[in-house]
Amino acid sequence: MKPFSDLLDRLVLTPSRNGKLQLLKDYFAETPDPDRGLALAALTGRLEINNLKPALLRNLMAERMDDVLFKLSYDYVGDLAETIALVWDSQMRTAAAATATATAATRAKPGPQAILRDQGNCGPRLSEVIHSLQMAGKTNAQTVLTTWLDQLDASGRYALLKLLTGGLRIGVSTRLAKLALADLGQVDVAEIEELWHGIEPPFVDLFAWLDGKAAKPKQLAVAPFRPVMLANALSEKDRQKLDPKHYAAEWKWDGIRLQASVENGVRRLYSRTGDDVGRAFPDLLDAMEFEGTLDGELLVARASANGNWDVASFGDLQRRLNRKTVSKALLSSHPVILRTYDILNADGEDLRHLEFKQRRQRLETFISHLEQPRIDLSLLVKFQTWKELADRRSNLPNPAIEGIMIKLWDSPYQPGRPKGPWFKWKRDPMLVDAVLLYAQRGHGKRSSYYSDYTFGVWTEEGTLVPVGKAYFGFTDDELKEIDKFVRANTIDRFGPVRSVTARPDFGLVIEVAFEGLNRSNRHKSGIAMRFPRISRLRWDQPPSQADSLKSLEALIS
Amino acid sequence: MIPAQLLHPTKKGLYCPPGDFYVDPVSVVPRALITHGHADHARAGHGDVWATGQTLDIMAIRYGVDHCRQSHVAELRQSFDLNGVTISFWPAGHVLGSAQILIRFNDLQILISGDYKRGLDPTCDPYERVPTEKPLDAFITEATFALPVFRHRDPQVEIQKLLKSVEQFPNRTHLVGVYALGKAQRVIGLLRHQGYDQTIYIHGALKKLCDYYSDQGIELGSLEPATLEKGQKDSFAGKIVLGPPSAFVDKWGRRFADPIICFASGWMQIRQRAKQRGVELPIILSDHCDWDELIDTISDLKPKEVWITHGRDDALIRWCELNQVKARPLNLIGYEEENE
Repeated sequence: MKPFSDLLDRLVLTPSRNGKLQLLKDYFAETPDPDRGLALAALTGRLEINNLKPALLRNLMAERMDDVLFKLSYDYVGDLAETIALVWDSQMRTAAAATATATAATRAKPGPQAILRDQGNCGPRLSEVIHSLQMAGKTNAQTVLTTWLDQLDASGRYALLKLLTGGLRIGVSTRLAKLALADLGQVDVAEIEELWHGIEPPFVDLFAWLDGKAAKPKQLAVAPFRPVMLANALSEKDRQKLDPKHYAAEWKWDGIRLQASVENGVRRLYSRTGDDVGRAFPDLLDAMEFEGTLDGELLVARASANGNWDVASFGDLQRRLNRKTVSKALLSSHPVILRTYDILNADGEDLRHLEFKQRRQRLETFISHLEQPRIDLSLLVKFQTWKELADRRSNLPNPAIEGIMIKLWDSPYQPGRPKGPWFKWKRDPMLVDAVLLYAQRGHGKRSSYYSDYTFGVWTEEGTLVPVGKAYFGFTDDELKEIDKFVRANTIDRFGPVRSVTARPDFGLVIEVAFEGLNRSNRHKSGIAMRFPRISRLRWDQPPSQADSLKSLEALIS
Repeated sequence: MIPAQLLHPTKKGLYCPPGDFYVDPVSVVPRALITHGHADHARAGHGDVWATGQTLDIMAIRYGVDHCRQSHVAELRQSFDLNGVTISFWPAGHVLGSAQILIRFNDLQILISGDYKRGLDPTCDPYERVPTEKPLDAFITEATFALPVFRHRDPQVEIQKLLKSVEQFPNRTHLVGVYALGKAQRVIGLLRHQGYDQTIYIHGALKKLCDYYSDQGIELGSLEPATLEKGQKDSFAGKIVLGPPSAFVDKWGRRFADPIICFASGWMQIRQRAKQRGVELPIILSDHCDWDELIDTISDLKPKEVWITHGRDDALIRWCELNQVKARPLNLIGYEEENE
């Protein structure tokens, strides 16, 4: 348990991605099976364990500790699991018999795997703790938990309570964990993504392969994830070298990438990183009356009068994202469709080696036979010259289109981001001149710089209202200049945040680039920016000439 | 006479009317007893000052030799008389020179703990229980970490966390935030205790006090200033650098290769505190008593009354109530919560 709780302690405070990768990789390299596999399951939300209700924990504490002292502690810490982990005192055990009962309970029902103790005296192992809790019935779960809390240190108790109350919240995505595994075994992350849904905790075969001690595990999953092909941004230089004859173009719809896979009737929806997201989209799962694997864009779309789909903004789509379940009301107010642009498998036949031209023909046939309106076809954009395509790009026919995709006609479907076959040519970002209001110190390398900026625009009343936050887009030299400005013009401080002078005649105007605007009732301004970043510093401009909230509202699609 | 007539709080600090002196006064007074050299307890400008030799040395280093009109060395464990009040100083284990002060007058005995701790610290005399023939009439205790959530960890294990991280991230600088008096030397001492024999780099603000600790025979090993020639950014990669936390968020912190910000403090126990301060590696290490030490000490001394100075008095008062110990807060002002 100790290596796992140490890992959690570090991860939660490590802001940098590389730092997290290093910590994860070292943990997987140093920790034996099955502990590391269970940790991996815990980090990626695949650990099967009965959750504890916070109420049960509160009751447990009420039995063991003075409620005034507990309340003072909880008020100070603000997190139930952390409070209990810290105040827990094995000496305050009410009955010594508790331990005996729990030990007896674990002994009576040994886990499916041999329960191992660490060599040396490092306390209980993660696998030991998890197995005993998995084996414990409802009635003795609390006793087993109490026994472990007595044996673990404060970090261990925290880790255990977080595991049991659900949600480690340590800023590690499944993707990041897979990258760490890829790094550990020096393999392509696509190989891990492909295997991921066919292997089960504690992933012993996977680690044996990554350690170079066994062959790669067989792909056993039904309707597995197939690593997706990604595009590079199209630069002006690239474009000059490309012959338009060899390329197809299609609209780049502003949704999220989704892979829809059906095998032997098993239906799966995967995100571009291979997370199974099907539960959030029962409406789309219902429409998947096929055998095969389609690649496309998930969009919110409502039927229009002429029988076509009226594609909604990304803001509408966001309502459907990151949900475990979805309500009936939301299903009818925000229905989704899959706009397909590739086919990887048709009726069990792998098509990935085919050229795009052939795959496209297969896709068109497949979709027309499917007769499911919720699964339609992404249309090609006909063009002769790049000039012509550039014109189309600057006059996009729908606000839900964010640019153009360019694909080499004779390229196979290759996982990852190969340079050359696919390009994305996004529309130019929107720009706004805003005024710097607050600056916050960054983390890690930037901890001595004010590098996170909140900026605002003018309201009709002549005040500045915050409309967004940005923390990249500037050069190192520009960062130094802004930092100097912030330090010299601070008017107030709130912890790590400084408020800076922002008057019509004095302040710092920054040109902010962003991808779009959504209405938001969580922000004072009523709008939320997508992907804002600093595009230019306007030292030349007085704040009075910055943009107004009204002009921003006019941009909302 | 009741204990409150022998010692009671005033705006300037704890005052003893029969002896006409203050303990750790927050403003300038004619006569002051000083428990230890931290800035919020030891201020410059008093008339006569009584403190241990090391505390007086530390005050001279910080404020100059003329920090008071006349200084008087209080030898540990030896009584002396001040206007008929008998005073003795006892090791408190907080920082070098730190002391508890026992005050006796007629039949009354009051012990002032000052800041104290009972955990391992190779850089100062350990806490000593003050021997008394009868129970103290009052025990005045600090309460900086007086909440059941504060349970300090094994200092050695905390230092091993730092050493492991240095091994794991050999291309980054570990910047460790420390208080200049006490914490800095304790961290260095603990690192040496773990066998870390490389040069440790220190911010200028720590130099004089580290030199003083060395002069006092506390082995700190090789220390170098954390200064560098222009354009030598990588020279601190893989090194441990100590400085006051305020320096890290200032321009001083920019000279280091991709730093990992560490902070050695009892406050680091709480994750959210660490997160708010941008600390990546919290080292839970305190020079104050944790909850267990505070209540153990009260249980051990069995005073007739407990008076609680700065810190979190409500939880400790509740504990005393539950354990039938008479307790009250002193509500002294002028001491910093963050004096770690």
